[in-house]
Amino acid sequence: MFGIILVKSQVVSWFRIQEMFHLQSFHMYGVIGSAIIVGIVSIQVIKRFQIKTINREAITIPDKKFHWGNVYGGLIFGVGWAITGACPGPLLAQVGSGFLVISITLLSAIAGTWVYGLIREKLPH
Amino acid sequence: MDVITQPWPWYIAGPLIGLTVPVLLILGNKTFGISSVLRHTCAACIPANIKFFRYDWKKETWNLFFALGIILGGFVATYALSVPGPVDINPQTVSLLQQYGVKDFSGVLPQDIFNFGQLFTLRGFALIVVGGFLVGFGTRYAGGCTSGHAIMGISSLQWPSLVATCCFMIGGFIASWYLLPFLLQL
Repeated sequence: MFGIILVKSQVVSWFRIQEMFHLQSFHMYGVIGSAIIVGIVSIQVIKRFQIKTINREAITIPDKKFHWGNVYGGLIFGVGWAITGACPGPLLAQVGSGFLVISITLLSAIAGTWVYGLIREKLPH
Repeated sequence: MDVITQPWPWYIAGPLIGLTVPVLLILGNKTFGISSVLRHTCAACIPANIKFFRYDWKKETWNLFFALGIILGGFVATYALSVPGPVDINPQTVSLLQQYGVKDFSGVLPQDIFNFGQLFTLRGFALIVVGGFLVGFGTRYAGGCTSGHAIMGISSLQWPSLVATCCFMIGGFIASWYLLPFLLQL
């Protein structure tokens, strides 16, 4: 389902990403912004009414702790996002859409994650 | 049927993406995030005794299924639910990209750049391979991607996610204004 939404909303499009970063369209901002608003409201509803999972467990959301990787890694990710025109979800969807060459991008992203794991201790966080 | 085959406007797609957050929480107490799948793949296939990859990735298989679902969804959406055609982007963006040497506007990405033949050119290598590497490295360093930080993180009001999202945008602006014009003309 999620893949279908990604493709149908064109957020998987390289062109849409360029358009966003040149502030020439509201489309991407609308998609991400409204997704966040719906997310905020639904989490507040879950908390307020203490909604349980279908297995009757209490819903827990782990806190994210700030570290400088949020900044450095964020900047690096942003550069990659603009170049490839895709973050990890859309990369997967593009492969499904028949752009098989993007599987190379995906493998490269896996390699990037692996290298991060390898040199993690040496990086500033 | 037209409603399905036409591209969806942001006010339909965005809220649907947002709804993924409560759906995953309610179905399985899972926090939405896609980039972790890259880490799980490393842990499952090439852990190489690196501490960062030594954990029980089998507990996170839902994430791998989610990723497979996205690939499958991409396939279904493209081949069964869409009328093929160019993405309706701003003409200003088109002319700007044309100046940079992009010729093909017929699909979701410029196929004159993103194809196997281009892989062995400097431009193709930079965009496809280096770009992918930066995505994978950066997302793990940042602790998440657009879904985990921008959508899940901000939805649950976590300020580190807001910081990370701002940095995603800053990095993206810098790259598309200054780096990409250079790369496209390699």
